Amino acid sequence: MDKFTKLTGVAAPLPIINVDTDMIIPKQFLKTIKRTGLGKNLFDEMRYTKDGHEVPEFVLNRPAYRKATILVAGANFGCGSSREHAPWALLDFGIRCVIAPSFADIFYNNCFKNGILPIKLPQSEVDKLLDDASRGANAVITVDLEKQEITGPDGGRIAFDLDPFRKYCLLNGLDDIGLTLQKQDKIAGFEVRRQREQPWL
Amino acid sequence: MAKPRTLFDKIWDNHLVDVQDDGTCLIYIDRHLVHEVTSPQAFEGLRNAGRRVRHPEATLAVADHNVPTTDRSRGIADEESRIQVQTLADNAAAFGVEYLAMDDVRQGIVHIVGPEQGFTQPGTTIVCGDSHTSTHGAFGALAFGIGTSEVEHVLATQTLLQRPAKNMLVRVDGALPLGVTAKDLVLAIIGRLGTAGGTGYVIEYAGEAIRGLSMEGRMTVCNMTIEAGARAGLIAPDEVTFDYLKGRPRAPKGAAWEAAVTYWRTLASDPGARYDAEVVIDAAALVPMVTWGTSPEDVLPITARVPDPAKVADPAKRAAVERALAYMGLAAGTPLTEVKVDTVFIGSCTNGRIEDLRAAAHVLKGRKVAAGMRVLVVPGSGLVKEQAEQEGLDEIFRAAGAEWREPGCSMCLAMNADKLKEGERCASTSNRNFEGRQGRGGRTHLVSPVMAAAAAVTGRLTDIRAL
Repeated sequence: MDKFTKLTGVAAPLPIINVDTDMIIPKQFLKTIKRTGLGKNLFDEMRYTKDGHEVPEFVLNRPAYRKATILVAGANFGCGSSREHAPWALLDFGIRCVIAPSFADIFYNNCFKNGILPIKLPQSEVDKLLDDASRGANAVITVDLEKQEITGPDGGRIAFDLDPFRKYCLLNGLDDIGLTLQKQDKIAGFEVRRQREQPWL
Repeated sequence: MAKPRTLFDKIWDNHLVDVQDDGTCLIYIDRHLVHEVTSPQAFEGLRNAGRRVRHPEATLAVADHNVPTTDRSRGIADEESRIQVQTLADNAAAFGVEYLAMDDVRQGIVHIVGPEQGFTQPGTTIVCGDSHTSTHGAFGALAFGIGTSEVEHVLATQTLLQRPAKNMLVRVDGALPLGVTAKDLVLAIIGRLGTAGGTGYVIEYAGEAIRGLSMEGRMTVCNMTIEAGARAGLIAPDEVTFDYLKGRPRAPKGAAWEAAVTYWRTLASDPGARYDAEVVIDAAALVPMVTWGTSPEDVLPITARVPDPAKVADPAKRAAVERALAYMGLAAGTPLTEVKVDTVFIGSCTNGRIEDLRAAAHVLKGRKVAAGMRVLVVPGSGLVKEQAEQEGLDEIFRAAGAEWREPGCSMCLAMNADKLKEGERCASTSNRNFEGRQGRGGRTHLVSPVMAAAAAVTGRLTDIRAL
């Protein structure tokens, strides 16, 4: 997993509430057995007509946002299924940070496993960033994870909260499995107790 | 005296392996279900790192999303689907995990197979790379969906890094009226909470109406808990639970059964246990429900009319209603019972169990589906299919003009060949009415099995109580 430290890039506005994982990456693309290559189908049904032509009005098809690295969206982003293909598609497109008033739990969790930073902010702050993001190629914002601070195009600063352990893992690009395997003894000890107390399992 | 604890608190405490200084917990996972869509990259990760599956015997694999529901004798026609299913079979064999193949009578939707096999047990932690893992909470198991990276983590370590959820109690007082089912109840709860209302919570369902539900009905309620944003639903195990589990292939036997039941009886929330949020629902006031929009929270009684966005104060919500009505091709103010449908889907991990098929067959018996109507009945597992055929339900469905299919996820998410065409409108017993969920441009109305059967007969959304 790539580290996330500081990101400066174009922010794309997607002011829709309840953006679900079927919107982010429709099921026909879940048949892959790889993690990569999903970026071209990110938001597929909003981004392309059914004949495969680009929908010119869709934000990521507009020239200013084709290389966006940050997405600013409405509440409850990522609701629906557990498919990690959703963050994989965002990452493969180049999105490393999603800012919204709230996220669905599983999606939120999945982001951290892929070096994507989801930031929860109050609606008023998101509205401000949506406004900033609507300025096309001038919608460049900076996200500093170490300082937990967003800097808008006009230099305005917004602080954000984050769980310290998740921050530590993102900053260092750490693999959870490696960390957990260092606790092998505790896991084995738990299994001994479980075998004694619930032998039917 | 110890502080009173909820059912969730008890399961959580009993599975703590480690707590970090920052509060992050390592919890033990007792049972892991694996399907073909969310596991290939996890097994690949294990292989690349030279890791093994820590407890193959605690892991059960079955393909459900990609499997055809028509004749399977020639395998899967779609190349990508075929490869994905074969990859699961290969990975299961390579890592020593039991795999229920497509021609095994036990094959079916992972959330129907787990309970049927007795793999799902009270007081356990159960995960699967699938958001509808919440289904298993009906047994008083802490069960929730995870992403593929976490699937890999569980395969390698039999644990997960988590933070404790908050406790919400949804108490349903009274009894459900005739024609109102577990599906209507959970749709009404989602309507009340909103699709993000449960985010960060585990929802425990209690009260007379919940106690009165069969295991099938309880699974329907817990299944759709994720549609209210909560990762897990829970119902305290009781005699109904024990009766369902006893004698199942993987349920404890003999003295172990007695010991297990003794333990399971201690799991119910203690009197005075504290919840972070409580909601009370009056079952007697409920009517059959139907969704009109593109989020499960877009739900109304069948007696209502399509809502008017002009009357929605919040601008973001108003925009969402306008978008939903445009997608659904509905005009504000239309009575829901005047909405015509051309497709009916009866099945899924929400409503693909034997009781659901019996209910739908009861409505269709001696009736015919409306002219031009396509009706798919897809049992949730091979065992459900077998049971239904022993009871003659397949004959009832066929005689009415419905198609009787092989088990799988089917048109719930349309990853196989069963999908809606653009503009088609479906009364569906599944769980999600998202844009494109049942096929690009397809329009979904979520309903109970009896409401789906009623729509099949009349060709429009129908109040089952009036049929």
